[in-house]
Amino acid sequence: MEYADGAPSPAIAPALLPGSDVVRPKSRLRGAEWQLVVPLGLFYFVFLLAPLIVLALVSLFKDRSFSELSLVQYADFFSERLNLVILFDTLRLGLITTIVCLVLAFPLALAYFRVGRRLKPLLMFFIILPQLTSAVVRTFAWIVILGREGIIDRSLLALGLAPAGLLYTTSGVVLALTQIQLPLMTLPLIAGLARIDESLLEASQSLGAGAWRTFFKVTLPLTLPAVIAGSLLVFTTSISAFVTQSIIGGGRLTYMPKYIYDLAMGAQNWPFAAAAVMVLLATVLIAVTAFNRVGQASLRRIEG
Amino acid sequence: MRDSDQRSFDAVLWILAGLALVILTLPTLVVFLTSFTSGESLRFPPSGLSWRWYIELLDSDDLQDMALRSLKIAAAATGLAAILGASAALALCRNRRPWARAVDAFFMSPLIVPWIAIGLGILLLTSLAGLPLSIWTLIAGHTVVCTPFVLRTTIASLSQIDPALLQASTSLGASPFYGFRRVTLPLIAPGVAAGSFLAFIASFDNVPISLFLADARSPVLPIRLWQMIQADLDPRVASISAVIVAFTLLLMLVMERIAGLSRQLTR
Repeated sequence: MEYADGAPSPAIAPALLPGSDVVRPKSRLRGAEWQLVVPLGLFYFVFLLAPLIVLALVSLFKDRSFSELSLVQYADFFSERLNLVILFDTLRLGLITTIVCLVLAFPLALAYFRVGRRLKPLLMFFIILPQLTSAVVRTFAWIVILGREGIIDRSLLALGLAPAGLLYTTSGVVLALTQIQLPLMTLPLIAGLARIDESLLEASQSLGAGAWRTFFKVTLPLTLPAVIAGSLLVFTTSISAFVTQSIIGGGRLTYMPKYIYDLAMGAQNWPFAAAAVMVLLATVLIAVTAFNRVGQASLRRIEG
Repeated sequence: MRDSDQRSFDAVLWILAGLALVILTLPTLVVFLTSFTSGESLRFPPSGLSWRWYIELLDSDDLQDMALRSLKIAAAATGLAAILGASAALALCRNRRPWARAVDAFFMSPLIVPWIAIGLGILLLTSLAGLPLSIWTLIAGHTVVCTPFVLRTTIASLSQIDPALLQASTSLGASPFYGFRRVTLPLIAPGVAAGSFLAFIASFDNVPISLFLADARSPVLPIRLWQMIQADLDPRVASISAVIVAFTLLLMLVMERIAGLSRQLTR
């Protein structure tokens, strides 16, 4: 072999000596890879960043003639009680859905590791099923389930109980959103649970901690990054779930996305609609920052 | 004492997991069963069984046109998303520099920015620029929200590649392009495919973007379905929904076979 006599073959050396001089020609080519961000960067500049900047600018005008700058849209938004109620309801909906998803996704993810090898693919199929079926279709199914002629109310009537009347209520919206968002919480949790060192759980149990204590003291803290990641996705997608909110909520419940749509297309009040969008965006940004803070703190705790 | 502790934990675990499974699967089941109703209204269980609303679908030229248009838009948006997303993933996956982290966060932002904001923003931008709405603005809007799906799965599969494989290919004399084509590409193909599948569904199913950007003269299927559900629950909604679900399930099984879809999504 060539390298045996002290002269490394340039062909083999890179694999043997990463970081040596011979690697340089290749890494120069590798260094050019960053240019591959340019196409998507340009595309997103025109169709994502520019539209959001336009929204921000439009929200700063007094009326549709775009002649006078002012903050009147924001003053109007925050001085009208109705707007604040809609904003609050939207955030509350996101929070409740996130909690319900967490409570259901954890048992589901734990169950995934308990079922036998042959059942696993089937369970995974059921878990990702809602993520892959059309939102309009899923929402339509919930009308059939929740409506006055629906499965739940007719079963309750058959049992001699009062109908629940869940359609057009917050509980109905939460239930329909839970189905759609559950995969977003369950998949990160399964990935997070798979990374836990089994011996930690065994140690906890053998030191006398029961199943509940082991879950809250070992399993939950170790999967906290996955919990945060899942919660962030569920929260942000729930507050902007236009289809579910508008159909299951109906005319009786109004949330920010439908409200913005009505303002923009119905009333054609673009500056005010744009201001409402900016308020919603700001809320999402605050939520993201808060989730990231908690996530980083929890990561430090695990690693530290 | 410990036994009862374990037992109560297991009981709660299986009850909640069972409830979750019901919530996950019941709607899909309901769509299929109600679509075979013979009655004029949609209720569960259906009042009688028939193919009636499927036959009705065959005669609905308007719905078929819209479905075809939605499929075309989804195909175009997915193609663009796959190219833009996969190439950006190649640039970003091993780059740990701060600017790359920031660009990565920006590229992923359509997953958390409300789509209604993106739709309204593009509408305002085009109308202020004096451009008419066309199928191209609609495809562009869909591509914006579809690309992160491809980006995410491609970055996940790129990060699984053992760098030694590429070094081996280069050290054996392969050009970087040859190495990319024969080593990297086959290894990331399942990730790109899984992401493209999610992107396709996100586009085919999209309401918030289309609501602002679809031209009234060329309507798309999800918007029409959304209106039909809100108006009077036309029973054709059930049969067309069942067709969409069956089509997606088939695609999903194919993707599981060729790309290991579920593995791609839990990385």
